[in-house]
Amino acid sequence: MTPDLMESMHEVRARHEARLARQAGESGGDAAFGRLLHAGQPDFTQGVALYLDDITVSFDGFRALNQLSLAINVGELRCIIGPNGAGKTTMMDVITGKTRPDAGKASFGSTIDLLRLRENEIAQIGIGRKFQKPTVYEQLSVFENLELALKADRRARASLFHRLSGEQLDRIGEILTLIHLKGEAQRTAGLLSHGQKQWLEIGMLLMQDPKLLLLDEPVAGMTDEETERTAELFLSLEGRHSLVVVEHDMKFVDQLTEGRKKVTVLHEGSVLAEGRLSEVQANEKVVEVYLGR
Amino acid sequence: MSAVPMTSSSSMSSSGLTPRRGLLLGPAGWSAVMGAVLAVAVLVPVLNLMVPAGSALHLSDYAVALVGKIMCYAICALAMDLIWGYTGILSLGHGLFFALGGYGMGMYLMRQIGRDGNYKSDLPDFMVFLDWKELPWAWTFSDSFLFQMAMVVLVPGLLALVFGFFAFRSRIKGVYFSIITQAMTFAAMLLFFRNETGFGGNNGFTDFKRILGVPIALPETRMVLFVLTGLTLIGCYLMARWIVHSKFGRVLQAIRDAESRVMFTGYDPLAYKLAIWTLSAVMCAVAGALYVPQVGIINPGEMSAAASIEIAIWAAVGGRATLIGPILGAFFVNGAKSWFTQVFPEFWLYFLGALFIAVTLFLPQGIVGLFDKFSSKKKETRA
Repeated sequence: MTPDLMESMHEVRARHEARLARQAGESGGDAAFGRLLHAGQPDFTQGVALYLDDITVSFDGFRALNQLSLAINVGELRCIIGPNGAGKTTMMDVITGKTRPDAGKASFGSTIDLLRLRENEIAQIGIGRKFQKPTVYEQLSVFENLELALKADRRARASLFHRLSGEQLDRIGEILTLIHLKGEAQRTAGLLSHGQKQWLEIGMLLMQDPKLLLLDEPVAGMTDEETERTAELFLSLEGRHSLVVVEHDMKFVDQLTEGRKKVTVLHEGSVLAEGRLSEVQANEKVVEVYLGR
Repeated sequence: MSAVPMTSSSSMSSSGLTPRRGLLLGPAGWSAVMGAVLAVAVLVPVLNLMVPAGSALHLSDYAVALVGKIMCYAICALAMDLIWGYTGILSLGHGLFFALGGYGMGMYLMRQIGRDGNYKSDLPDFMVFLDWKELPWAWTFSDSFLFQMAMVVLVPGLLALVFGFFAFRSRIKGVYFSIITQAMTFAAMLLFFRNETGFGGNNGFTDFKRILGVPIALPETRMVLFVLTGLTLIGCYLMARWIVHSKFGRVLQAIRDAESRVMFTGYDPLAYKLAIWTLSAVMCAVAGALYVPQVGIINPGEMSAAASIEIAIWAAVGGRATLIGPILGAFFVNGAKSWFTQVFPEFWLYFLGALFIAVTLFLPQGIVGLFDKFSSKKKETRA
């Protein structure tokens, strides 16, 4: 290799690193976005966090998802609406590895093929999921619920000898404050109200520090005040995390999209319309689907 | 996440955010454990062997044998609590692991009979009776105590590992898993009933003479076995307590409460379930190996469906997910059994059924739950 070639190589590398740094700055997040590729780490340099392409899922001939294509950008907060049976939950099942599609592609970042991973592996690379029905460990305390979600070695032997560090304890305290359950830390999770369980589950997601959060009807059963606080919480996460929120509550969607963000309408397993909330609400096809034909 | 000074964490723990952990037992708990060790290792031997038979303080051989047997059952109940109470997996096949451990010990004891059997042969009596000329392959090293003790752990352990791997990998849960375990132990019973299997058919092994060259009927031998069983039970209890108080134990409870959440949090439930399932099976096997020399017989009856179900009943009666409860349950149910079968032999099974229904309906937390209810009521009245 000639000296000037080597020199130009250095230049190229320097330019590349500068670009990565710039991208990291632009996305407004921390160094999680736009670093050099590591094995098993999602690559977000293309700006896409989640990419679904032509996903089809059928159950006994019924097409729950019909050639669904969807892209979620890094740091984006995307609301997904649609009538019952539109395929919203099935879509989440596909992304988190619970359901294998019959056809199509799903990737996390631009490199990781989600269809080759199992549920726990998908969770480990940074996709967190909140279920429609709040799912917490009812017999454990609120504190222990969060402790189990804490980012740590997930293997059995490591768990046997695990000790909480002061830093991890602080992290749990931070989340407890954030989800307004600090006073309930030692309470058994099964005794919480429905809304509090929803918050606890959201807190457990945050403990995992996922890059992409999938939230299935997160404000179901919450009071107006709790809903308001949830919207504030999600808006504060936007940018650092990508969020996909499935919701029926239009007021909540309106709060989240702040009148400018994109909303996706699902119907019969594929995308019916995309655009601002006011736009899709005015869309004739959408009105027809929601009000019946 | 930025580095946070340690002071804030210490202030948090002082404000009561963190549960008191790191201690296996409180001071009272350790005193109780020490008390149990002394009772098993000093008090019972002294009362049984030193105190003369006429004295009011003398502990009869019958009582020692009964308590020794029940302590073996208590180890099984503890093993059941780990897999059922804490992990939510109801096994109705734990009797198989108990029996396999028992057979492992029984084979060694059969070889220890030597030429003192009825037929004065090198082969165990049942083989002479079947007109066999040499030992089957499975008996090759059965005269080695160490080898057979390794088999006591390895055979049930490997069986549990392989069975558990396929069952858990296929995500077989709940009542389906229970039924399969029940079928497994039943199939094994049919296999062991056959003379061709080479383990004594439906008579099993009995008529033991010696263990490690020492006569097995000597009071001192029986006392050594009793003390070993008691110490094993206490050791198993401490180990189980350490496990359920670790993060590993909390993952087990999380699997019981919401397995899908565990998976979507990034844990692989397979590894956790398989580990506790295999450990639980090995605990039963060790209990079986301690049981056989004390009771003097092992036969396929231990693999019957009822034997496995009884283990679950002890755990339920004592109180699931409490560790101490299933031990108490084993003592309570088997104590009642030995009394009933003497006084009203024909009513025992009715009583057992009624007990199980009563516990299910009125005491979902078992005996331990009853204590808790009682003590919390007391506190209320005091306040």
